[in-house]
Amino acid sequence: MASKVIHAIYNDDDILMNAVKSVRQAHYHIDEVYTPFPVHGLDKAMGLEGTRIAIASFMYGVVGLTVAILMMNFIMIEDWPQDIGGKPSFSYLENMPAFVPIMFEMTVFFAAHLMVITFYLRSKLWPFKKAENPDPRTTDDHFLMAIDAGHHNVDEMMSMLKETGAVELSLIENEGDH
Amino acid sequence: MYTLPNKLKVFALVFMVVGAIGIVAGFLSTPKTVEEVEAIMAEAHHDGGHATSEHDAAAPEAHQSMGHHNGQEMDHGSHDMTAGDHGSEEHGSGAHGAQDAHQEHMEHVMHQMQNRPWSALYIASFFFFMIALGALAFYAIQYAAQAGWSPVLFRVMEAVTGYLPVASIGVLILLLCSALGINHIFHWMDADLVNPDSPHFDKIIAGKSGYLNVPFFMIRAVIFLLGWNLYRWVSRKNSIADDHAEDHSFFKKNFKLSAGFLVFFIVTESIMSWDWIMSFDPHWFSTLFGWYVFAGMMVCAITVIALVTIFLKSQGYLEEVNDSHIHDLAKFMFGFSIFWTYLWFSQFMLIWYANIPEEVTYFITRIEDYKLPFFGMIAMNFLFPLLLLMNSDYKRVNWFVVMAGVVILAGHYLDVFNMVMPATVGDTWMIGVPELSSVCFFFGLFVYVVFNTLTKAPMVPKKNPFINESKHFHY
Repeated sequence: MASKVIHAIYNDDDILMNAVKSVRQAHYHIDEVYTPFPVHGLDKAMGLEGTRIAIASFMYGVVGLTVAILMMNFIMIEDWPQDIGGKPSFSYLENMPAFVPIMFEMTVFFAAHLMVITFYLRSKLWPFKKAENPDPRTTDDHFLMAIDAGHHNVDEMMSMLKETGAVELSLIENEGDH
Repeated sequence: MYTLPNKLKVFALVFMVVGAIGIVAGFLSTPKTVEEVEAIMAEAHHDGGHATSEHDAAAPEAHQSMGHHNGQEMDHGSHDMTAGDHGSEEHGSGAHGAQDAHQEHMEHVMHQMQNRPWSALYIASFFFFMIALGALAFYAIQYAAQAGWSPVLFRVMEAVTGYLPVASIGVLILLLCSALGINHIFHWMDADLVNPDSPHFDKIIAGKSGYLNVPFFMIRAVIFLLGWNLYRWVSRKNSIADDHAEDHSFFKKNFKLSAGFLVFFIVTESIMSWDWIMSFDPHWFSTLFGWYVFAGMMVCAITVIALVTIFLKSQGYLEEVNDSHIHDLAKFMFGFSIFWTYLWFSQFMLIWYANIPEEVTYFITRIEDYKLPFFGMIAMNFLFPLLLLMNSDYKRVNWFVVMAGVVILAGHYLDVFNMVMPATVGDTWMIGVPELSSVCFFFGLFVYVVFNTLTKAPMVPKKNPFINESKHFHY
C-alpha cells in the first residue's frame, strides 16, 4: 500500500518544538523528526517512550565491576601472589584498596563501551550504512518533521503546518512498503 | 514575603534550650581528678566487653612505639592506643617507673575526657558553620557562572548563608577559648612543645611553629572570617537592591564580586581546613585535605539548600520551584558525594599503600578506635547516596531526596567527628549527651537564623536577568 508522508521543514528549534506540540494536539502522527543537533525536550514533546539505556548501563557497570574483581583476584592473588605495598597478606579483601582504581575503571569501561554498542544496535547503525536522512539540509541548519498523512485531508494538514511556521512543505508518496 | 511560623520558632527554641542544658551537663560531668578517671575506667573495665579486649590486643604494639617517643608526650596517634590498657596486668611486673607511667597515663586520659565536651561543641559548631560557608561558595558559583536555572533559589541560599555571621562568631569564640588555654583540644598550642628546655619538647611541632603559632593562627582566622562575611554582606545587599534597580548594575557588581570571592575562598578554605582541623594532628599532613573538607562542605550545603527548598515548597511557598530544580540539586548532592568519596579514597589509598609510620598513624587510630563511625561514614556518604540517587527519576521524588539528605548530613557530621575526635579525646569517645546536645543546640540556632533571614526579603528575586529562565527551567 502506498503511504503518504508530509515533510515540513523548519529553520528554528523553538518553532519546531511548538510545531511538534500543535501537530500532536491536532492528533496527527509524527513519523520522525530530523534535526542537525539534539533538541532538548523534543523526545518528551513527541511523546516518545523514555530510554532504558540507563538501566542497561547500570547492568553493564555491574558486569565490569565483577570482571575487575575476578580479574584482579586471579592475577594478583591466585595466579602469581603479589606483595602489595609491603603488606604480604595475599588476601583480596586486605589488598582491596589497591584494586579500587581498577574496579572503578573497569566499571566505567564496560558501562561506556557496551552502552555505545547497545545504542548502535538499537538504532540500527553500522559502518558504511546508507543514511536514512530524507534531506541533507537537516545535517546543517534545517529541521525536518515527517508527518504521516494517512487518510487525513492533505490540504487541511498543509495549511495547519504552514501556520506552525514551516518554511517548506512537500508531500512524499512512497510506493510499496514503507 | 515569608513570615516565621510560631511553631518553627518554638521548635528551634526547644532544640536550643535542650541542647544548652545538655552542653552544660556535659561539661559538669567531666572528671576533675585522676581518682575520678580511675573510677570511670574501673567501671568501664568491669562491664566493657569487646571494647577492652580490643584494647588489650593493641597494647603490646603500643608499648613498643612508646619506647620511641620518650617523654615527648603525645604523638596522639600511637599514644592514644595505650589508653586502653589500664596498667594493671602489663605494668604490674615493672619497677616503680611503671607506677609513674601509670600516673602519667591516667592524667592523659583525664585530659582527653576533659576535652570531650569541648570537642563535641567544636564539631557541631564547625559542622553548621561549614554548611553556611559551603552554601556561600555555591551561591557565588551560581553568580560567577551566570547560571540560568538557580536564581529562584537565591533567597534560599542567602537564607542559609545568613547563618554565616552567627556561625563565625561561634567558631571564633571556640578558637579563642583554645588560644587562651581554656581548653586543650589544639594540642600544638601547648607552649612546652616548642620550648627546647622542656622535657616535652617536640622537634616536629617546633619546626612548624613559624606557621603554627597562636597569634598567627588567630590572625588568619579573623582575616578569613572577615573576608567571607564581607562577601556575604555585600552580595546580599546587592541582591536585595537588585529587586528595585532600573538596570542590571547590581547583578554585574555581584558577578564580579563573586568571581573575586571564589579565588579568595578556595585559597582561604584550604588554609582554614589545615588550621582548624588538620592541626588537631600536628604531626600528620595531607596535601589534599583542603579539597576533602571542601567536598564535604559542598555536599552538606547543597543538601541543606535542597531540604530547606523542599520544606518551603511543602508549606506552599516558592511555587516557581519545580521538579527540575529539585532534580538539579539532587544531581549536585549525588555528584559531590562521589567527589567527596574520590578525595577521601585518594587520601586513604596513598597513605595506606605507602605505609609510612608518620602518615599511616592517622588511619590506624581511626580504624582501631573508631571502626564504626569510620566505616559507617563511608557507607552513609558514599554507598547510600550512590544507590539512592543514581536513578534519574528518584532525584525528582521529594521524599527520596529528603531521606538521602538526612543520611548525607548525618554521615558528614560523622566525617567531621572522625577528623576531630581521635586527636582530642582518643579512644574515650562516645556519641552521647555532649555530642548530641551540641548538635541540637547548633541545629536550633541554625534553623532559627536561616528561617528568620528568609523573612527579610521577598522569596524570589524580581529583577535578576536570569529569573525568567529560572522560572521556566525545565529538564
